[in-house]
Amino acid sequence: MFHRISAAAVVICLTSSVALAQGAKLTDPQIAHIAYTAGEIDIKAAKQALDKASNKDVKEFAEGMVRDHEAVNKQALDLVKKLKVTPEDNDTSRTLSKQASEKLGELGKLKGAAFDKAYIANEVAYHKTVDNALETQLIPSASNAELKGLLQTGLKIFQGHEQHAEHVAAELK
Amino acid sequence: MSGRIAFLSTIVLVAASVPARAATIQIVMEKLEISPAAASAKVGDTVEWINKDALVHTATARNGDFDVNLPPNKTASLVLKKAGAVDYYCRFHPNMKATLKVAP
Repeated sequence: MFHRISAAAVVICLTSSVALAQGAKLTDPQIAHIAYTAGEIDIKAAKQALDKASNKDVKEFAEGMVRDHEAVNKQALDLVKKLKVTPEDNDTSRTLSKQASEKLGELGKLKGAAFDKAYIANEVAYHKTVDNALETQLIPSASNAELKGLLQTGLKIFQGHEQHAEHVAAELK
Repeated sequence: MSGRIAFLSTIVLVAASVPARAATIQIVMEKLEISPAAASAKVGDTVEWINKDALVHTATARNGDFDVNLPPNKTASLVLKKAGAVDYYCRFHPNMKATLKVAP
């Protein structure tokens, strides 16, 4: 019960960004699912941006997100197939997806420069949260060495995305 | 006999006057790192960039000398035509940076 309350509190605290349940030990099938879901979310956000963004740097950033996250997710799928692991849906993945679809709806109402700013601001926050989750939860919890290795490479890529997003955000101001 | 010596010495002279054979320098891009980060070559040498990542990279010279596209798990090469030190990076992952020193 206490656990549930603390998890709920975490969700409430982080409603503006992404909430990840703390404490519970994640299994490899769950980690794989979370990592894949996180990538899919960013691809969807980028596709929306490719459709709506007006700034050239924002568009280029979005193209990069589609290119890199699709490549990483393809690697992840190949790995789970090789390891015969079936990704398992879980509360963290569900929370991520729910928040992402709310964000898509919110951004969908914006236009022009307002959209560009809001998209990039969310990309900065999103990558920060995902990078932090990778560093403090997903990588330490992963048991399989290959999965851990892929997550570590992913972290490096996404840290680059975070810096890139921060750079674009600064240019927009 | 003296003819043979003359023939041999001709070969030696020819060998000495031909410039050193062009070399191939291999540079690996793996896990978003370029190694070696500092490489040396000569004009006429070939640089071979080996991309071991599942991501697209580029080897893009800051001075505009070259912009080589590197699809995932592919190798691309370039024959060096100009001397000088060139800083290059990956356009898609600007944290990947390296230098290539090209001697004349």
